[in-house]
Amino acid sequence: MDKTWNNKAWFLVLPVLVLVAFSAVIPLMTVVNYSVQDTFGNNVFFWAGTEWFEELLSSSRFWEAMTRNLIFSFIILAIEVPLGIFIALNMPKKGWGVPVCLVLMALPLLIPWNVVGTIWQVFGRNDIGLLGYYVNALGIDYNYVQDPFDAWVTIIVMDVWHWTSLVVLLCYAGLVSIPDAFYQAAKIDGASRWAVFRYIQLPKMNRVLLIAVLLRFMDSFMIYTEPFVVTGGGPGNSTTFLSIDLVKTALGQFDLGPAAAMSLVYFLIILLLSWVFYTVMTNYDAER
Amino acid sequence: MARIDVNHVRHSYLPNPRKDADFALREVHHTFEDGGAYALLGPSGCGKTTLLNIISGLLHPSHGQLLFNGKDVTNLSTQERNIAQVFQFPVIYDTMTVYDNLAFPLRNRGVPEADVDRKVRETLEMIDLASWAKKKARGLTADQKQKISLGRGLVRSDVNAILFDEPLTVIDPHMKWVLRSQLKQLHRRFGYTMVYVTHDQTEALTFADQVVVMYDGGIVQIGTPAELFERPRHTFVGYFIGSPGMNVMPVAIDGKTATLGSQRIELPGAPNADSGAIELGIRPEYVRLGRDGMSVSISKVEDLGRHKVVRAKLEGRDISAVIGEDETVPAEPRVRFDPAGINIYADSWRVEMEA
Repeated sequence: MDKTWNNKAWFLVLPVLVLVAFSAVIPLMTVVNYSVQDTFGNNVFFWAGTEWFEELLSSSRFWEAMTRNLIFSFIILAIEVPLGIFIALNMPKKGWGVPVCLVLMALPLLIPWNVVGTIWQVFGRNDIGLLGYYVNALGIDYNYVQDPFDAWVTIIVMDVWHWTSLVVLLCYAGLVSIPDAFYQAAKIDGASRWAVFRYIQLPKMNRVLLIAVLLRFMDSFMIYTEPFVVTGGGPGNSTTFLSIDLVKTALGQFDLGPAAAMSLVYFLIILLLSWVFYTVMTNYDAER
Repeated sequence: MARIDVNHVRHSYLPNPRKDADFALREVHHTFEDGGAYALLGPSGCGKTTLLNIISGLLHPSHGQLLFNGKDVTNLSTQERNIAQVFQFPVIYDTMTVYDNLAFPLRNRGVPEADVDRKVRETLEMIDLASWAKKKARGLTADQKQKISLGRGLVRSDVNAILFDEPLTVIDPHMKWVLRSQLKQLHRRFGYTMVYVTHDQTEALTFADQVVVMYDGGIVQIGTPAELFERPRHTFVGYFIGSPGMNVMPVAIDGKTATLGSQRIELPGAPNADSGAIELGIRPEYVRLGRDGMSVSISKVEDLGRHKVVRAKLEGRDISAVIGEDETVPAEPRVRFDPAGINIYADSWRVEMEA
């Protein structure tokens, strides 16, 4: 170990360190600080230890929100991924249709999230909303404000409308990178439409699909704005996801301690899931 | 195996072709004999891949007919024509093993699994990949992948023809020789009708019994490698085949004499050329450099190891000559044309000479 270490380079990292400290580390430490204390206002704090964490992990409210979140993520993935693949497969590969389709697909992605929420909030209303009014006119009793099932349907349809395009665009990028020779060879080998999909298109989309699933899972697990605008977490708590629950606790009830504990647990879950996905993806790459 | 008749086939990629220039394939009328090894040779964009895709059924010709053993297959799909084709870039099914790749075309056709196994094992032996059978196909090298592409054709015992579309483009030079000789062997053992598209003359000349030279959407000459070399029917064939290509120079003809500037060249016979632009073509191998003949000025000498290529000016025109490795260029160089190597062209097409 006669190597000379030159530590001057650390100074170059300093600006970033300071920036990250102010933007992430210090706020995070504040949260950690809150999570182990109790307060009755006036900036007076009492040591609470792991009390909030114990309370959180044994509260049915937390687990229910978590369950709702997982079910939501699962449903939208189960719809958006196959639907996205299906649309991508049927999009034109050349000609004037390509730019038209791409622009149409990109449109929902460009709309701000709270606007998406507002659009669907109005769209689904059964007095003035185009969707709500006509669904009711068809004799189907639809009211997302009062019926939990209708609220779920609305939020899921909204998310599918908003985000399927992302899956489509990623898959499309994977599809157009397949050379014609593959399709020609498949014809010569007498492959069926299904075999072409299973052995040529799907393997080529594999990687982008993994990214699409990762992005959609993370986003849907952290979803806040759209359901908040549409249902506000209701009716009752039926569409209260983790993030909505967190905001209710922190800003609605001003329970800083429990909210901080919840933030940390939420943060750790996301961190864990990111790590799992990252590992899966890098392993997959190494295998190739 | 099949004899393939290409019957007055024309093809255009445009919806309403009018002029000749609109056609990627102007008119091809040719028979590929059963069991023959053919090379389609030509520069990029000459229509050779178009012709190949018409034979395999990936393209439907705008005009003309295609017969396999006398049966009209013009409107049959690729699958019904029972053709094998190997593409420029290896096409393999990544997620499958080598074995499954070869079994794929058979399984698609509903062949019983026992027969599939037998055929696949045979084919693996033929293409020398038996020990790789259980490996995933994506881990293989380019030449192995290309062999799998070929194997997927060979595995079907009843294929009418095997078509190759510049199959060695992405293969390392030393593997090219190996693959080419393996192909040749397969052809000799099993007598497949093979059509091989390439723009590499060495590849074409070593692979094929008959080389079909294409230029600008049409066939300019069909012949054995020797015929193409000795008697190019079109000046293009002269340029394209041979390295360096044929020397072509405009001349005036008078009986058995050609006049090039102030030089007079004795011809082996009187050409039947009365009209059109007359040119004299001679391969560098037939240009004799010495102390007698027409005076030239040397521009440079390229030493290629086995022989030297001399670049010179004759009457202000570039001319190349090939001389032996041990020969030297004389101080006052002159050239003579060996009459055996002289061809006369009228409007770029070769004309016969009367003795």
